[in-house]
Formats: sequence, C-alpha cells, structure tokens
Amino acid sequence: MDTMVKNKAISKEFDVESIRKEFPILSVKVHGRPLVYFDNAASSQKPLFVIKAIEKYYETVNSNVHRGVHHLSSLATDQFEAARKTIATHINANIDEVIFTRGTTEAINLVAYSFGEVFVKEGDEIIISHMEHHSNIVPWQILCQRKKAVLKVIPITESGELRMDEYKKLLSSKTKLVAVAHVSNSLGTINPVEEIIALAHAKNIPVLLDGAQAVPHMKIDVKKLDVDFYCFSGHKIYAPTGIGILFGKEKWLKQMVPFQSGGEMIKEVKLEASTYQDPPLRFEAGTPHIEGSIVLATAIDYMNNIGLDAIAKQEQKLLDYATEKLSAINGLKIVGQAKHKAPVVAFNIEGLHPYDVGVILDQLGIAVRTGHHCTQPIMDLYGIPGTVRASFSFYNTIEEIDVLVAGVKKAIDMLKK
Amino acid sequence: MRIEEAEAELVGEFELFDDWMARYEYIIDLGKDVPLIDEKFKDEAHTIKGCQSKVWLHSEVRDGYIYYTADSDAMITKGLVAMVVRVLSGHTPEEILSADMNFINKIGLHEHLSPTRSNGLMAMIKQIKLDALAYREIAK
Repeated sequence: MDTMVKNKAISKEFDVESIRKEFPILSVKVHGRPLVYFDNAASSQKPLFVIKAIEKYYETVNSNVHRGVHHLSSLATDQFEAARKTIATHINANIDEVIFTRGTTEAINLVAYSFGEVFVKEGDEIIISHMEHHSNIVPWQILCQRKKAVLKVIPITESGELRMDEYKKLLSSKTKLVAVAHVSNSLGTINPVEEIIALAHAKNIPVLLDGAQAVPHMKIDVKKLDVDFYCFSGHKIYAPTGIGILFGKEKWLKQMVPFQSGGEMIKEVKLEASTYQDPPLRFEAGTPHIEGSIVLATAIDYMNNIGLDAIAKQEQKLLDYATEKLSAINGLKIVGQAKHKAPVVAFNIEGLHPYDVGVILDQLGIAVRTGHHCTQPIMDLYGIPGTVRASFSFYNTIEEIDVLVAGVKKAIDMLKK
Repeated sequence: MRIEEAEAELVGEFELFDDWMARYEYIIDLGKDVPLIDEKFKDEAHTIKGCQSKVWLHSEVRDGYIYYTADSDAMITKGLVAMVVRVLSGHTPEEILSADMNFINKIGLHEHLSPTRSNGLMAMIKQIKLDALAYREIAK
C-alpha cells in the first residue's frame, strides 16, 4: 500500500519536462540559443492538444453555424454551442450569459457601448483605476465623451495596490459602473475584487472585471464573485488569438442594446425595422470565430487536465524564485510589489533603459516584454519610461529563471561599462 | 568622404567582430561619440517618437551641407542614431535623399529597422529624409 501511495504522490508531482514536450515552440532556437519564453502575459504558447484540435476542426467539421440543415453545419453548431457550455461551466456561468468576442478588448468595448447606451447619461460617473490596461481606459473615455459622463480613477500606492480608502470615497449615486482589472498586466497585482464588488453592490452599482491576466492563473467563479461582467481572452489561456469571452449577468444583458448588427443577431428583419435575438446571440453579429470558439473550450479542457491548482502552485514557485533572485541583483528594482501577485515580475535597473536590457536579453534567446505594456498612466505615475517584464506560465522552469538572471547580469555588464 | 564610403567604412569596422556581444558593445561605444544635441533643443519639436526609446534630432544647413546633432535615452538606440548621423552628416540634401541606408542591413542590424521594434530609428531616418527634402526645396 505504501508503494501505491508513493506512486500516486509521484504521478501527482508536476512534471514540467513532459509538459514542455507538448509545446513544440518551446524547443525552437533564438539567435542560436534555446528560447526562454517569458512573455506569457502578452500571449501564451499553444500545446499540441490545441494545435491538433484546430487541424481537426478544419479537416472534419468546418462549416457555418446556426443555419442550414446539412450535416456539417449542424455538427459545427453542436460543437460551437458545446464550447459555450464548457466555458460557462469553467467560470460557473449560465450558458446564455457567455458571449463570444474577439478578445478582452472587444468584450469591454461591447459593454461600454451596449450598457453605456442604456444606463449612462450626462453627469453620470464610471470608475476605473490607475493600473488599467489601455483597453480598460479608452472605451470608457469614449463613452464618457459620448454621454458627457465623468471618468473617475482609483489611485494606486507605490507598491502597486489599489487605494481602497479612495475607492470608497469615489462610489456615489452618480456611479453607473466600476470597471477594474482583476489582475494588473504590468504590475502583477491581484486586486481585492470581492471587496470591490461588495462595496459597489452595497450601492447597487454593477462591476466589470478585466480578467485577461487572471484567467490563466486561477479559478474564476462568476457566481461566487457575484460579478456583473467578466472579460477574458483565449490567447492568454493556450487558445488561438481572435477569440475571447464576455460574461454578463442576464439581468443586464437582456436590457442592453446590440453592439454590432447584421446576421445571426436578428430574430426577424423587415425593411422598416428588425427585432433582435435574446442574449447571447444578440451580441454575436456575423459569422463568429467558430474554430477559435471550439478550440478555446479545448484549451480550457487542457488546463483542467493539468489542474488549476497544480498550475497555480507551479507558477507561484516560479514567481517566488524569480522575485528572490532578481531582487538580489544590485541596482534592480521590482516595479509592482503588491502582497498578492500573479506570476509577473516587472523591473528596472538603475541607470539603464528597459529597451537596452530587452535587446540584450533577446540576443540571449530570452523573450521578455519591454516598454509601457499598454499602461502608460502607471509609467507616468512612477516616472519611468517603461519596465522589463518577465511573465511566467506553468511550462517555465527554475533553470530558465537562472538563464534570465544571468542574462540581466550580462546586460548590466555590457551597458554599464 | 562620400556617403557610400562612410557606409563601407562602418561596415568594415563591424566585420572585425565575430560575436553579437562585441557588436553591441561597439554600438554602445559609437553612441558615446554622437555629436550631442544642445539641451535647449530637447523639446517636443525635436523629439522623434518611437514607442519605447526617445530620440532627439536637430539639423542645420551650413554652406549647403546638412549637419546633425542627436541624443537618445537608450544606449543601443543612441549607438544606432550615432551611426546614421556619422554616415549622413555633412552631406547635401540631394546626397542624403539618395542614400539607401543599406549599411544597416549589411551590419546585420536590420531587425532594428523594423517599425515594430519601435526604437525610433525608422522614424528618425524618415524625419531625416523629410528634412532633406524641405532643405532642397528651400535651396531652390
């Protein structure tokens, strides 16, 4: 029995080497060196499980959905709707509350338009935070311009956490929506979303969470969160680009006007006027990204096969190790030192431009992102031109972090000569 | 020295290096020799906007020849800028307009020219050409 228990324990241990073999791109060479891919917050790599599912779709299923009585069309429709079910189950949503979009950006734009059109009027307020990605800033700016509404911003601390005291002060009878990141893409901060939602709901204000950086790393339960809108992108969770999800509570969705219009979203079209489908179809005009939708569900299956707990544990290990080793480098300052963080380490080296560091790291085969990471207001606040950002996935290794640390030291040697 | 000669000279210098580190160290060194732009010109009008690193460029015409001063907040970008300035400074608008800048490819630094690399080098060359065009029109 002891042996059995032991074997079970071993099989449960995270086998990163076998997992890496499932991601063909991880074995490519860059500038003659093994690729170290630390740009996962920008986009994740794809396992064979996903790549093969794309092939299989075009080889055996490809057809348009929701029309035609022919075999392939009904097969494609079945798989498309089955994918919606898988995704709904994954985030604990009702199936009619899951809308396919092009990605997080389109999901936020959809809410900004379709919710804003109905619920936001002159003098109303929308609350965002200082740590938002541009895609959770600009759609609200445009809505506010259109409706003569006011954008309010929750300030952040030096360590990269939301000023909850200030947030409480911003909530008022004029607030029509709170839209904040679940996890910051440039700082890694995991925001206290339960508290954010509870405070807003106490005043009957709905909350949208930009979950693009959260979904890769943790279990999301929209019912437990009691969140009103939740957005995320497929390509950050091992699925293709061009597909994403908007979750919206039915009570909001059914009151919202269409975002785009055309085929698929109509009930009846007369030349004088048309009637629209109920959600979610009301918000899915035109032929959707059928393959992307189906394969997004495949990618979610893949993540669940590994296990979200196992993923979180491995990524925490990488984050802790990288934070420790990078912090030990003389002159290196980690930007974003919140207590709760996703596996993102952004940093700057005293006297060096992040661009220079990024160019040297690239020559060493290390893929990091440098720049403002589409969060210019954060960089302005901290008075820096940008950061070097290493972001990890469960397929990364401790050895790769050692390569990064050595690379950073080499960059410092070269640039500080 | 004609532009092609200055280009060939620079390409020749880079041929001495056989690994990327030495090449980049040399680029950084070249940056230290760039004729620096006067601080008073480091304003919006003289800024060439790349996405990540800033480049400042000033040009003036003396006796029909254009001379450049420049700077950047990133060292590698500054080195690349220095190379462009070294090759083009002191030439007529006509010569600058017909320069193909192929030396960057020959040195193997073409990746820095891609607009997606966002270091401002591409935008700087475009600005130099536009300035040269303007100077040529004024001279007419």
